[in-house]
Amino acid sequence: MSYSDKVIDHYNNPRNVGSMDKSSADVGTGLVGAPECGDVMKLQIKVNRETNVIEEARFKTFGCGSAIASSSLATEWVKGKTVEEALTIKNMDIVKELSLPPVKIHCSVLAEDAIRAAIGDWKKKQESAKPVASAVAQ
Amino acid sequence: MSTDVRVPQQLPVTRHSAPQGVKLPIYMDNHATTPMDPRVLEEMLPYFMEKFGNAASRNHSFGWAGEEGVETARERIAKLIGATTKEIIFTSGATESDNLAIKGVAEMYREKGNHIITAVTEHKAVLDTCKRLEKYGYRVTYMPVQKDGLVDLDDLKRAMDDKTILVSIMFANNEIGVVQPATEIGKLCHERGVIFHTDATQAVGKIPIDVNKQNIDLMSISGHKMYGPKGVGALYVRRKNPRVQIAAIIDGGGHERGMRSGTLNVAGIVGLGKACAIASEEMSREAVQLGGLRDRLRDRIMSRLDETYINGSMEHRLPGNLNISFAYVEGESLLMGINDIAVSSGSACTSATLEPSYVLKALGTGDDLAHSSIRFGIGRFNTAAEVDYVADRVIETVERLRELSPLYEMAKEGINLKDVKWAGE
Repeated sequence: MSYSDKVIDHYNNPRNVGSMDKSSADVGTGLVGAPECGDVMKLQIKVNRETNVIEEARFKTFGCGSAIASSSLATEWVKGKTVEEALTIKNMDIVKELSLPPVKIHCSVLAEDAIRAAIGDWKKKQESAKPVASAVAQ
Repeated sequence: MSTDVRVPQQLPVTRHSAPQGVKLPIYMDNHATTPMDPRVLEEMLPYFMEKFGNAASRNHSFGWAGEEGVETARERIAKLIGATTKEIIFTSGATESDNLAIKGVAEMYREKGNHIITAVTEHKAVLDTCKRLEKYGYRVTYMPVQKDGLVDLDDLKRAMDDKTILVSIMFANNEIGVVQPATEIGKLCHERGVIFHTDATQAVGKIPIDVNKQNIDLMSISGHKMYGPKGVGALYVRRKNPRVQIAAIIDGGGHERGMRSGTLNVAGIVGLGKACAIASEEMSREAVQLGGLRDRLRDRIMSRLDETYINGSMEHRLPGNLNISFAYVEGESLLMGINDIAVSSGSACTSATLEPSYVLKALGTGDDLAHSSIRFGIGRFNTAAEVDYVADRVIETVERLRELSPLYEMAKEGINLKDVKWAGE
C-alpha cells in the first residue's frame, strides 16, 4: 500500500503533538480506541470560556501512519474553531483531505470520535463547574 | 506470513544517508522471499534458449538436454535432504506441495481413516487445505502451541486416534522461525502408522534435514526461499519404510510418476537444484554467520530499548529469524518510519484481514503486542554494516513513535493499560 503525500507529511511532521493538563477546567480530553485494536488516540483541546473558541489542541496516537495523520489533521482543524463548529467536522472530510484508502477509513472515524470525546469531556467539566460557581456567588 | 512486504521504492526518498558500505534500501525480509543467488541464475540461463527442450521428449537431443538438467537437479535436492531421486516430485512451489501432500493422502487413505492433525501456527497453505477437507467430511485437529511456539508432543499423542491418517506440522515457522521437533513428531507418527508431512519451506537449505533420520514421509520444498527462482518447488514422497502413496490433484500426461502432471519447468527446476547444491556446500558455515548477525541485531536493539519482547523460542529457531514486539508502538507506523528497510509486521494494518498475526496470537502474545511486532529475516546477502544500520533506524524510530504514543505516556505515569476501560472494547 502506498501512502498519500499528505499522510506522509503528517507522519514525518506531526502537528500539535503533546499533552495538556487534563485536570484543568479549560481542557477537554478524548481517549478513543483500544490497544488490542491497534489504534488509540488521545486528543485534547483548550477552550476559551468567554468565546467557546478552541485555542489549543494536542494529540498523541498509537496507530498506523493513517491514524497518526488523521489525528494530527484533526488538531489542525479544530484549532481556532468554536466548539460547535468543531463538532461539524466529519470523518469523510478527513478521508478526502488525506486521500485515505477504504481500509483506512476507520482511522478517520476514530479521529472524529476523538474530537467528540474531547468536546464532550470539556462540556461535562463546564456543567459540573456551574453549581460550584453559583455556590461561590451566594 | 500474514504480513506483507513493504516495498521501499514506493515510499518517498528517505532523509537518511547510508553509512559507508551500505546500499539503500536494505532487504531484510528473507522469509517472504530471497533474492536469487547469481550462481543459480547462471546455471538456469542456458535452459531458456539453447536447452529449451521438453524434458518429456524422449526421442531427440533437445528433450535429453532438458531431462539431464532435471535429473541433475533431482539428485542435488535428494542429496540435501537425504532422500533418493525417485522420491522427489517437482511442483510449482510449496503451496502446491502442501496441497498435493495433504489432499493426496486424504484421498488415498480415505478407507483407513478421516482424521488429520495439524497446528494453529501452520502456514495458510496447510490450514486452508485442511479447512477444505473438513467440507468433504474429514475431521481436523488444529493443535495449540506452547508459549515458545513449539507443539507439545503429549498433546500430539492425545490428539491421535485410530482414524488418524496424517499429521502435518511445519519444520520451521515463517513468522517466528521456531523449529519444531520434527524427529520426535515423525517417531510418534511412525509408531502409530500415521503419515508425517512437514512444510519445510523455511528450513530447507537453512538447517540440516535428513528425511530418514527425522522420520519424515512427505516434505514441501520451495525454490524462492532458498535463493532459487519463484514458481518452482518440490514434494518429497517416501518410497519405503513405509511406502507412501498420494493421489494426484493435477491430472494429465502422467509426469512425475503420475503424481503431478504438466510439462516440467526445466529452467526453474535447474535453479532449484543449483540452490540446493549451494546449500549443501555452504549451509553449515552460513548458519553460523546468520546466527551471529541475528544476535548482533537483537543485542543492539534490546540493549538500547526497554519493553521489547522476542516472540517465540530463541533456542529452537532458524538462524536468520528475529521477531520482536516493541510495546506502545504500532507495527505499520514503525515500518513507515524505516521505509528504506524492507521488513514485515504482524500488525493488523499490514494484513488484508485487519486481524493481527494469528501465529503471535497462538503464542499467547496479546493483540496489543501482536500489533507491535516486526519480523526481521536476515539472509545470505546481508552484512554486519546493514544490521547495525537497521538496528539504529529501528531504535530511533521506536523512540520517536513512543514520544507520540499515548500508551507509552500512560505507562510512564504508572497506569496499568490492562486496567483501562477502553472505549473500543
